[in-house]
Amino acid sequence: MALPAHIAAAPTSTSSRNPTYALVGNPNCGKSTLFNALTGLKQKVGNYPGVTVEKKIGTTYSQHGQPMTVIDLPGTYSLAARSPDEAVTRDVLLGRRADTPQPDRILCILDATNLERNLYLLHQILDLGRPVIVVLNMMDLAAKAGLNIRVARLEHELGVPIIPCEAVNGKGIVDLRLAMSRVDLPLARHAWDIPAEIAPAVADLQASLTANDKKAPLVARAEALLLLTDQDSVRVAGSTPLSPRTHEILESWQKRWQAEGTDWAGTLVNSRYDAIGEIAREVVIPAGEAGPSTSDKIDAFVTHPLWGWLTLGAIMTLLFLSIFTFAEYPMNFIDDQMAGLADLVKGSMPPGDLRDLITDGAIAGVGGVIIFLPQILILFFFIGLLESTGYMARAAFIMDRLMSRVGLNGKSFIPLLSSYACAIPGIMATRTIENHKDRLVTILVAPLMSCSARLPVYLLMIAALVPGERVPIMTKVGIMLLMYALGTFGAFGFAWLFKRTLLKGEPPLMIMELPPYRLPSLRDVLLHMFERGWIFLRRAGTVILGISIILWFLSAYPKAPDDTPPQQQLAQSFAGRAGHLIEPAIKPLGFDWQIGIGLISSFAAREVFVSTMGVVFNAQSEDEEDTEPLRQALLGARWPDGSPLFTPLVCFTLMIFYVFAMQCVSTIAIVRRETNSWRWPLFQIGYMTGTAWILSFIVYQAGRALGY
Amino acid sequence: MATPVALSALAVGASAIIKEFPKSGTAFLRLREMGMSPGTRITLVRTAPLGDPIEIKVRGYSLTLRKTEAEHVLVEPVS
Repeated sequence: MALPAHIAAAPTSTSSRNPTYALVGNPNCGKSTLFNALTGLKQKVGNYPGVTVEKKIGTTYSQHGQPMTVIDLPGTYSLAARSPDEAVTRDVLLGRRADTPQPDRILCILDATNLERNLYLLHQILDLGRPVIVVLNMMDLAAKAGLNIRVARLEHELGVPIIPCEAVNGKGIVDLRLAMSRVDLPLARHAWDIPAEIAPAVADLQASLTANDKKAPLVARAEALLLLTDQDSVRVAGSTPLSPRTHEILESWQKRWQAEGTDWAGTLVNSRYDAIGEIAREVVIPAGEAGPSTSDKIDAFVTHPLWGWLTLGAIMTLLFLSIFTFAEYPMNFIDDQMAGLADLVKGSMPPGDLRDLITDGAIAGVGGVIIFLPQILILFFFIGLLESTGYMARAAFIMDRLMSRVGLNGKSFIPLLSSYACAIPGIMATRTIENHKDRLVTILVAPLMSCSARLPVYLLMIAALVPGERVPIMTKVGIMLLMYALGTFGAFGFAWLFKRTLLKGEPPLMIMELPPYRLPSLRDVLLHMFERGWIFLRRAGTVILGISIILWFLSAYPKAPDDTPPQQQLAQSFAGRAGHLIEPAIKPLGFDWQIGIGLISSFAAREVFVSTMGVVFNAQSEDEEDTEPLRQALLGARWPDGSPLFTPLVCFTLMIFYVFAMQCVSTIAIVRRETNSWRWPLFQIGYMTGTAWILSFIVYQAGRALGY
Repeated sequence: MATPVALSALAVGASAIIKEFPKSGTAFLRLREMGMSPGTRITLVRTAPLGDPIEIKVRGYSLTLRKTEAEHVLVEPVS
């Protein structure tokens, strides 16, 4: 339907006049639930340029249908940033980011069950001198906890609109929309006394920020106050630096205070909490001596020295069981559909290069991308559940001690564990790790955890390794466990190494809130899940598709005469030649050029090794599950001199290689997205594949020396 | 009046008033901003199954921190 001319003609001016709201709040205060309730599916997820912080922008409508922009800023306890995410929140609010216009208005969400600490951030925000709407979320839970909150009194004290709300049930959203639609929003009335010993410094800094950094007086005052508590402040790309003059003033005051022994930052925090304490006493009528809350009772079990471990183990077992059982159906379905589609094209097009490009390149490539989706969606569904119920924090609490041995903290546990299924969601889940270096280390080692794509390779090699038609189950399990253990030790070993060398930093902190247990919001969990799936398809999918087509091209060209069997076609293709090319490099590991083709094709996904070996050794069976013909073919394979190729030692070495080598383009693409540069994925390819080569070399040569 | 002890030495279930807090260090500033200012009453709720980190109740919510930080915080036990 065409728009009326007067609307269609003026899109740019209306959009620039849309009021922009920044959504801020503490972690766990229900911020994303409120964001979802306000904007629904009208959300855009991107990245702030130059940093690996996600930018979420949504559109909501006023009561008159006027669009309003909402920027969902990363959650923080304070504007004194401790991580790149928090730095973005701080910088957007202070108008320091050129890529994001300073928001006109601020929506600050407070958790009503935990008002005092939540008021700290609001207290800093009120200083900014912008219109603020306060959303008092989780009013139902506060009432349940026996807290009586005098909303009118709070409104009177602060002078800004306070909207009581239950974002999970959608209660209060209408009132919030009404408040957001108001043309005139009052500025905060709340006044508090800046401690006398630092007041002159605040005045100096404010003057300099106004004169030299061109800030509005009120923002300048807020920023001056912030600079005093923002010690060793986190700087991120895209943030406008302070003018040299302001910096000088700040440093000279800090030097002076240091000499005098003044605890300026502490004093400032204390005076804020003094002011907050006064408000809280007026506003919150506490519950009487209540017994332990439901959360306390659950925690007594869930963090118990025995039951805690059993709970964690049970939840993780459930997670993996559901991935391996539920994901199989959609994965088989996708496989079948793609094969059906390829057959359809084959049936309706004349044979030729174009048909092959479509069926073997594009359709196979698309299939290779979306085959990952079921696992990713299931994992993110679980991660979303764990996060929104509050269990995630408990898992981190329990695991922290173990993770600290290698210099990480408990928050790296779930991402690393998820990587046993697939490194992609594991790496995408590292967003919950605030510390930049810890997050990077976790991303770097995550692909060492043996993912499910390695399983078919392990199974094939074990089958070829052990003589006899039936592999004894214990041998199978034993070798498999060894591979998983090797990968796990590798991951922790490298994490330890990186934390000591390359990404050396302060010892990680475990300052974390254990939020009360809450019933998860299904909508939030599903939205989060689909959003992650979409990010994977869009960012990784394009790269994977491209590489798949390149890999197809390499194995299909140059073309041999039509009646050449597939085996010889592959042998004389570019891929075959590449196999020959890398043979000198892999011969010391006991691999020949044919295995080399398998290694190269594994870049599409590790399990492709199995089907490539099927083509190379001309042993394709009708039933994919049946590896027996391939096993026989592998055992029959010979070096040109007639000695067997797949000796038990070579099979074992090949497994070692697959444990450590970085062979998955999807992972590379997602690391590129999550670290915002090619540097880290390239480093990862280098160190992992290098380790794989060295260890395989040692194992093979040592095995040879020992007479295997 | 009880003598101040390190927060890390507090018994599980015991309550205390925060007395002294390190002045510098980003970790300690963040802990203060999260409500652990001197004069605040806290309760040590539990330690993690492996002995570290610890969970305390402060200003009505649960906060975890490692013993390496907790040993620098001086508290005065209250009965």
